[in-house]
Formats: sequence, structure tokens, C-alpha cells
Amino acid sequence: MDILGLYHYWVFAVLLMTGFYAIVAKPNLIKKLIGLSLFQSAVFLCYITFGKLAGGTAPIVGKGAELFSSPLPQVLILTAIVVSISTTALGLALVLRIKEAYGSIEEDEIQEQDAP
Amino acid sequence: MNIAIDIASWVLLTLGGVNLLIGGIGVLRMPDFYTRMHAASLTDSMGAILVILGIMLQAGLSLATVKLGAILAFLLLTSPTAANALAVSALLAGMKPRTGDAVQRTNHEADA
Amino acid sequence: MSTITLLFSIFLLTLLMITTMAIVRTRNLFVAVMLMGIASLLIAASFFLLDAADVALTEAAVGAGISTVLFLGALALTSERERSPSSLPLLSLGIVAIVALIVIYATFDQPPLGSPSAPVQAHLTPWYIESTRELIDIPNVVTAVLASFRGYDTLGEVIVVFTAGVGVLFLLGTGASASAAGAPLSEDNAGLRHYLIPRILGRLLIPFILLLGFYVQFHGEYSPGGGFQAGAIVAASIILYSLLEGEQRALLVIPQGVLLAMMVGGVLLYGAVGVAGLVLGGNFLDYSVLDSDPVKGQQWGILLIEIGIGITVAGVLISIFHAFASRGAA
Repeated sequence: MDILGLYHYWVFAVLLMTGFYAIVAKPNLIKKLIGLSLFQSAVFLCYITFGKLAGGTAPIVGKGAELFSSPLPQVLILTAIVVSISTTALGLALVLRIKEAYGSIEEDEIQEQDAP
Repeated sequence: MNIAIDIASWVLLTLGGVNLLIGGIGVLRMPDFYTRMHAASLTDSMGAILVILGIMLQAGLSLATVKLGAILAFLLLTSPTAANALAVSALLAGMKPRTGDAVQRTNHEADA
Repeated sequence: MSTITLLFSIFLLTLLMITTMAIVRTRNLFVAVMLMGIASLLIAASFFLLDAADVALTEAAVGAGISTVLFLGALALTSERERSPSSLPLLSLGIVAIVALIVIYATFDQPPLGSPSAPVQAHLTPWYIESTRELIDIPNVVTAVLASFRGYDTLGEVIVVFTAGVGVLFLLGTGASASAAGAPLSEDNAGLRHYLIPRILGRLLIPFILLLGFYVQFHGEYSPGGGFQAGAIVAASIILYSLLEGEQRALLVIPQGVLLAMMVGGVLLYGAVGVAGLVLGGNFLDYSVLDSDPVKGQQWGILLIEIGIGITVAGVLISIFHAFASRGAA
């Protein structure tokens, strides 16, 4: 078993589930968004790990190098990072409006107020 | 000549590493916020300067050295400013530096 | 990747795991946000060690810079402390642990890190690198794939960013009322104007940050960089300016109307380049027809749409920041 070669994927698994735990188990809405960011970071790490090639360099041609890591996962993640900050900002904006409407950002307190 | 440069850069890197370590221990061991900041500033100043100088010696006369110099300049500008901003806002938030007798009291407590 | 680099990368990732555990455990949201900044820097360094220089640049500018500022802005308007729960959520912990173990079990079928037999390396990567050399002839393959080969995809992403920006403005307002035209500069909404040292340093550094942004924008075909990174860096410098000098002054430098025009204009520029390809007899987003020489045409197209991306991303991020900040002032 190749511990060193698979460590990045294990970190991905732990990070993914840590973020997921924050999303499902924490009642605080901002903590949920933080968990969502961690979840996204885990996926980013996974993709970038896929693209790595042993002995390769960053995919910029013309400096004498012949082996390159794959540019495709990098392109996907590059755009995803900027999209993730925009969507996180949208989530935070929703949280602010919820705070103004309900006076709380704890999930159970909000649901109590909504109960008929 | 090469060996001299290597030795010099290793001495700088090791000294920088020692400074970083001392700074890290200091942040954990110091009694209050302001003394901890004093320890943290050791990593920013001596640690970073020595390590970067050591790498510059390894890089020789090249573009990398210029870039390292730029990084060093930015570090020297930003880290004291950050430390200043941190201390000012801590003072405004009402954190009082511990004075001499407070330290003595904890020493007595530790002895007891 | 040499063994030393691999070990260093593993060290960084271990620190990253510890940091994320601390983020989830702490009840103080302020501490959690600060730790998020550290986690972002660690993950950016890991990306760099995995040969993803472009991604590392983006993550450092967006994750450690802008995201922290946005979270802090939201915290200022809500509460810093998280209420302690009534009981430990054992069910969630159990499910999360089981799923983590399943994912780890699944990784045993993965080719190890850097393996040349991984599916990504088999067909796509050589094709992209060869075709970039042949069809587009710019050194940075990431930029080529982003802007040309996967141009549709990137157009979609830019529109998502634009839509998210519009959504935030709908939810929080544009903040235009707080900065009514001609209103005198008040002192109570003046950022850190009382603190001399950060302001002077800001004046020294902001021009260089802006310069770096433009370098990253226009040198993106030759070195790591491009519209997404440049937009984030420029936005970070403007956000720094408004933190130091106050909201109103920042809105005098780039008024709200200009920001809205940037958000829309970037997307329109991107789309217009695509339509120009149609008009000149090619396909949508086919840049080869933009110039008599197809390779030159591709380079023109990439340059133009990268400018479009940069303008939109900068406009959206600055607008989002102003929306949060003006909500706090109101």
C-alpha cells in the first residue's frame, strides 16, 4: 500500500467530511457556510491532485521542460474558486437578511418562530 | 568559493530557523497578549530576514534574488504595520498590559 | 515530485487537517474566520506544490483575502459567538465518520499521486498541450484551455459570478443611498482614517498591488495569471483602500454606477467576442476568424475575453464588498 501516494486523497476525504459535519450538525448559519467553504476546498484539492504528474512542472510550455501536469483540472478549479466566493457571498447576504427578519442566525430558533 | 557561499547560507538558514522556533515557543509560553506579540514579531523580523537572505545566497545573481528582495521589502513593510495595528486595536478593545506585580503574583501562585 | 517536496506537501496537508478541525470545533466565529484564512494559505501552498500555480494565485487572493473580509463583514452584522448545542450530535458524527472511511476505502483503487497511468494523463493532457502549441501558440496552457478550448464553460462561469453578484445586490441593496451624491465626507464612516501607520503603508502598497493586478491580467498568456486572478487582486486592492480610507472615498474613486457597468460590461465583452466570431463566419466563440492568421486570431480572442473576465470579476467582488459594508453603516 502506497501511503505517501494516497495521502492527498485521504486528506481530501477528511476535509470533505469535516466540512459536511459543520453543514449538518452546526445550527449556526454562518458556521454552515464556513463548512460549505471547507467542503469546496476539499473538492478543489481532489481535482488538483488528479492532475499532478510525477516529474512534471506547471503547464507553461517553452522553458525547456517536457513533462507537464494536466492543465484541465486546474482550469476547472480556477474558475470554481471565483464562483465559490461569489456563491458564498450570496449565502452570507441571505444570512444577513434572515438575521434582520428573525433576529437570530441559529437554525432551531428560526424554525421555532416559523412554527404555527 | 562555492563552499564559502554554501556555508554562509546554511548558517543564515539555521539561525533563521532557530529564531522561528524561539518565536513559536515564545507565543505559546509568554504570559499575556503583548509579550506574545513581542515573541511573534521575532518570527516576522529575524526569522524571515535570515531565511530569505540565506535563500538569496543560494539563488546567486539571478531574477530569483530580485524577487526575494522584493518579498523581503514587502515583509519588512507589512509585518511591523500589522503588529502595530494589532497592538493598537487590542489596546482600544481594553486589553491592559500586565505590569510587574501581576507577573510576580503568578510566580507566587506557581510556587504555591 | 521529489521526496522532500512530497514530505513538505504532506506536512502542509496535515496542518490543514488540524486547522479545519479547529475551525469546526471553535465556538467563536471570529476565530473560525481567521483560521479559514490560514487554511486558505495552506491549501494555496499545497496547490503550488502540485504544479497548479494559477490556482494557487487565485486561492491566495480570493480565499485568504476577499473571503476573510466578507465573512468579517457578515460577522459584524450578526453575532460573533455560536450558541453551544444542547447535546453532541452523535448521529451526524457517526454518519460523517462512516462516509469518510468509505471515501478512504475508495481511494485504494486510485492511481497514486503523480502516476502517469492516471486517466487524466492518458489522452486529454497530451492533446491539450500539443494543440496549444499548434493552434494558439502561447506558453501558458492553462490560459489557452480556459479561454479558448473551454470558452463556453468559462462563459458560463462568468455568468454565474455575475448572477451571484446581482443576487447579492438584490438582497442587500447597492448601498447607493449611504453615499448620496454630493454628501459631505462624514468622519464616522471613515474606515481606519484615525490610524496613521496603516494608512501610510496602504498608500505605499496599493499602487503596487494594482500594478501586480494588471501584470497578472496582461501577462497571463506567458506566466501564471489571467482574468480571474487579476480581477480578484484588483478587487482586493480597492477593498484595502476602502478599509483604510472609508467607504465613501472608495465610492468616489469607483462610483457604484461604474461598478455596475463593469459587472455588465465584462460579460457583454465576452459575449460580443463570441458573436464577432459568428459574424465573421466562424462558430460562436471561435476566435480563429478574428484575424487573417488563425493563430493571431486566437491570441486576440483570448486577450479580449480575459479582459472581459477581469472586469466582471473585479466589478462583482467590489460591489459585493460595498453591499456588505454599506449594510453595516446603515
